[in-house]
Amino acid sequence: MQAAVSHPLQEIKNTTCYMCACRCGIRVHLTAGKVRYIDGNPDHPLNQGVICAKGSSGIMKQYSPARLMKPLKRRAGADRGAGEFEEISWEEAFATLSERLARIRETDPKKFALFTGRDQMQALTGLFARQFGTPNYAAHGGFCSVNMAAGMIYTIGGSFWEFGGPDLDRAKLFVMIGTAEDHHSNPMKIAIAKFKRDGGRFVSINPVRTGYSAIADEWVPIRPGSDGALLLAIIHELIAKGLYDRDFLVRYTNSGQLVNLDAKHDEFGMFVRTEVPEEEACYEPQNKLWWDRNSNRPVLTHSEGADPYLRGEFKLSDGTPVKPAFQLLQERVKDYTPDWAAQITGIPADTIRRLAYEMGVTARDQKIELPIAWTDSWGKEHDTVTGNPVAFHAMRGLAAHSNGFQTIRALGILMTLLGTIDRPGGFRHKAPFPRPIPPCARTPNTPLAVKPNHPLDGLALGWPSDPDDLFVNEDGSPVRIDKAFSWEYPLSVHGLMHNVITNAWRGDPYRIDTLLIFMANMAWNSTMNTVEVRKMLNDRDGDGEFKIPFLVVCDAFQSEMTAFADLILPDTTYLERHDVMSMLDRPISEFDGPVDSVRIPVLPPSGECKPFQEVLIELGSRLKLPVFVNKEGGRKYRDYPDFVVNYETEPGSGIGFLAGWRGRGGEKFMRGEPNPRQWEMYAQNNGHYHYRLPRSYQYMRNWNRGYLEWSQRMRITRYAEPILIHLYSEVLQKFRLAAQGKGITRKPPAHLASRIATYFDPLPFFYEPLEVETTDRRKYPLAAVTQRPMAMYHSWDSQNAWLRQIHSHNYLFVNVRTALLAGIADGDWIWVESQWGKVRCMARHSEAVEPGTVWTWNAIGKAAGAWNLSPDANEARQGFLLNHLISEELPSEGERRISNSDPITGQAAWYDVRVRIYKAGIDEAKESSPQFAPLQPAPGMAKRPAWLAYFAGAKK
Amino acid sequence: MTQLALVIDLNVCVGCQACVTSCKEWNTSGAAGTMSDERPYDADPSGTFFNRVQTFEVGEFPDTETVHFPKSCLHCEDPPCVPVCPTGASYKRPEDGIVLVDYDKCIGCKYCSWACPYGARELDEKQKVMKKCTLCVDRIYDAALPERDRRPACVMACPTSARLFGDIHDPSSAVSIAIRESGGYPLMPEWGTHPANHYLPRRKTRLRIHDDELERADNPLKIDSQLPKPAQSEPSLDDVTSW
Repeated sequence: MQAAVSHPLQEIKNTTCYMCACRCGIRVHLTAGKVRYIDGNPDHPLNQGVICAKGSSGIMKQYSPARLMKPLKRRAGADRGAGEFEEISWEEAFATLSERLARIRETDPKKFALFTGRDQMQALTGLFARQFGTPNYAAHGGFCSVNMAAGMIYTIGGSFWEFGGPDLDRAKLFVMIGTAEDHHSNPMKIAIAKFKRDGGRFVSINPVRTGYSAIADEWVPIRPGSDGALLLAIIHELIAKGLYDRDFLVRYTNSGQLVNLDAKHDEFGMFVRTEVPEEEACYEPQNKLWWDRNSNRPVLTHSEGADPYLRGEFKLSDGTPVKPAFQLLQERVKDYTPDWAAQITGIPADTIRRLAYEMGVTARDQKIELPIAWTDSWGKEHDTVTGNPVAFHAMRGLAAHSNGFQTIRALGILMTLLGTIDRPGGFRHKAPFPRPIPPCARTPNTPLAVKPNHPLDGLALGWPSDPDDLFVNEDGSPVRIDKAFSWEYPLSVHGLMHNVITNAWRGDPYRIDTLLIFMANMAWNSTMNTVEVRKMLNDRDGDGEFKIPFLVVCDAFQSEMTAFADLILPDTTYLERHDVMSMLDRPISEFDGPVDSVRIPVLPPSGECKPFQEVLIELGSRLKLPVFVNKEGGRKYRDYPDFVVNYETEPGSGIGFLAGWRGRGGEKFMRGEPNPRQWEMYAQNNGHYHYRLPRSYQYMRNWNRGYLEWSQRMRITRYAEPILIHLYSEVLQKFRLAAQGKGITRKPPAHLASRIATYFDPLPFFYEPLEVETTDRRKYPLAAVTQRPMAMYHSWDSQNAWLRQIHSHNYLFVNVRTALLAGIADGDWIWVESQWGKVRCMARHSEAVEPGTVWTWNAIGKAAGAWNLSPDANEARQGFLLNHLISEELPSEGERRISNSDPITGQAAWYDVRVRIYKAGIDEAKESSPQFAPLQPAPGMAKRPAWLAYFAGAKK
Repeated sequence: MTQLALVIDLNVCVGCQACVTSCKEWNTSGAAGTMSDERPYDADPSGTFFNRVQTFEVGEFPDTETVHFPKSCLHCEDPPCVPVCPTGASYKRPEDGIVLVDYDKCIGCKYCSWACPYGARELDEKQKVMKKCTLCVDRIYDAALPERDRRPACVMACPTSARLFGDIHDPSSAVSIAIRESGGYPLMPEWGTHPANHYLPRRKTRLRIHDDELERADNPLKIDSQLPKPAQSEPSLDDVTSW
């Protein structure tokens, strides 16, 4: 080779990565129109110039032979799943769809369901569904981490990842619990490395030691599903030792508020109120009581000079017995001792105590004082911002259990006791959070909101604050196909995508006509009960009609799911389209202020691919959905970029998909008239808009008057009232009261009353995951969990010639002693069996997994022929999918079915399954099981080459 | 004399493989390219990589360490791959110590890969020449690139900044300081190859809590354990005993 050859890089275009959901800024270097090199954009706030293994492999995604290139329809008479398609024109695809959808819309709009995978375009998909008039819309949150979103937001008014996270720049102790391999990819890696170099202490609590946990100063192995027990025991210890931040609890949480304990009262378990508020609104009026230590009588909270009792019991003048919320928390955790938790978690009691002390002492003794003056919501001026430098990060390890919501409530309360919310070195919010608890968006609460030829009267997803907010029929039955916002899963704020196919197939609560799936592999790794769900997708009624009559799939890549479609719409890749990371969806905000960003095409669409957004705008125009047409009924927006610039949430609102460079000349932010040069301005500014808040608005935002008023003026929030942390959750208590027959709200159907009364506990508690309770633990003793490897984290849709060389098949990792007890040697073929089914795979001995857990990399195993891999590819022959062992429903007693989900939020309980393992017979095939008939490549797809020697542009 | 090298900090490497694919991505279309892939979409795909991350476990549960170990050509100061090359294709550059292969002279005999004790060389099955890390020699001197970008692709990509790049013969360079102050070590020094690349070991931060730290003067229990006093009017023995 020649040394120091200079490379004339002809062109560099900036856009935003989409190899995972992290959304880093990238520079795409092009040579002769081909992608030469993708590196991190050093001027982007998210990744600051770095890039991960996936981002560096974008070339192999762009030029993958798995790409769909043409609209396709299932060949008449062919079975779904057989993958027999014929090419059609876009015109035929649009005509077919718009004719069918128009008929549904004018008869019963809920017969159209739109569910999307990892789309990050919910601002548009949600708008389309609402305009269509269907309640049956959600993205993938219900089977991802809705417990994390809901558990935290219903407690502290914000959550991890794009809406908040650990401030590792200032933290001294970082505790990561239940976080898979690579969550929040590059920003987290940058932050952890810096944190460690600055001498911070990093503790990882996880059944498995890989990824981030590998570089933790201490690994604390824990049994899956037991995190709640650990967190409650730590809370027990912090309270017992006085290691909580009393000043913080008093002023910024509802700890001191008095709870009505008159069991006969309709307001039992609710805070005592001084007055009924004038307007019904989603903020909390400051009308609760403290029992003042100084005057020994009840006073309005935050009264000047008052200091509430946090403990004790009192009687109001009318005889009503009351206790402060903190007293109730203390009573709750009284028996949650470290010794109790040790039995459940497998963590020695001394370790639990030590963890509690490390947290408590670090928070108390290593306080940070920043010289930032600010004013709180009650007008008190503070000279400094205080930080208690203990930070946490958590995600699916806590969330994907049926006890996850209460576990995450416990985490939020632990972070609160330490006084770490929106403070330096603790947890910090990212705009548009914090929001009221719960946020203001609501679904309709009546089926009357669904009307032929009308938009849905409300949002398809929202934040219920009491039983009257549920989206149910008169008889309490669900309005939505996934039964979200019903008595079965009242706070299912992200829907239950994992039950859509089963429910629609069974006709419970009803049949639908058309299911449109975008970017989700519901016939493989994104579904539970894979084998049966695949049958449901192809199942027909007696008259030969499919039980789910019309199935449309939009995706950029051929997959197990596209094989089941009646109509396939070929999407573009991320390098070929416009996208917005919108403040109306999930922006990329930083701790110091709101940030949103864009994707700008660096390549023209391949083949006949069309961005899904363009499909929706075309359909919206053809269906004459109000926002997509002008007064005359003609098409209003030329294309998606035109829509992004000109659409306003209501005429003249000045709020649109992008917050930056609004106003005619781009001089405004958040609100302003449409700016015809908005895309150009994003392009000139590294594809993002970053508004840096004044320093005095960057902390304590739940109660920071300046910030809240700014946020209100910017119309990020409607109200500027303080957002007190819900140590005690009245929202949950309202549901419990309804279940107990109390109060004026709706009441649940009789068969769900005890379920609601049990799980809607206003204080966190520990219970065994629901599936575990129905499992014979002697027969199925092991917990089985999954995670994605870093090199494929969140990379959901394409095979990738480079990445698959890193992970071409997966093993089941088994603790060495556990394996030896079962007579399993390293590399043996074994069976893994749950009460639902079994898979054959290869075992790998590991010392980095706790003995009661087995685990594997998820979504490495593929059905033969999927992704245009050869049918004998390792992914199909040695790789396997654990999903076959996981049910989407719990064991049923009689007719009634219930989702295998958290009873509060409907979060899919992926990690609750219990299994046993045993050696496969020596005469059995050395191949993973089950196997499926190989998928055929779809028409128009490229042939897969026998070898690659990629060189961008012409080879020298 | 300059000796360029990588110093890899195992204390922060999370095994994300960014260095692996960013290297491949840069180099396949670069001066050292192409980097071919056999059976890219079939069984047992196998391609050329200059850099691979090996992950292994150390110790027994629960005292287990999971180590991610990135490995590429170590640019030895006394590289055994050079003298064994029959055609002179393998050579070490005097000006910066980078070990390179001249593809025009390489006959693919593999002597060098047998000589390398680190397994750092891979025969490109398409071109039938020996390939290895070049420290992105086609980037680091490229005056057309901004100064910041004149670094190996793996160093630019690494999200945890676990890869330091510089001259280990310059005692004031960041790499020399890291080796000196953070316990940097070469691989298998007993082979006498004097690898230029070094590794920084895992380091643990612990927190020591003294018993008396749990009992502080400002403990909030001092306030919160003072429960309200009963009202004077509440019944007491005073009302009923007269003895």
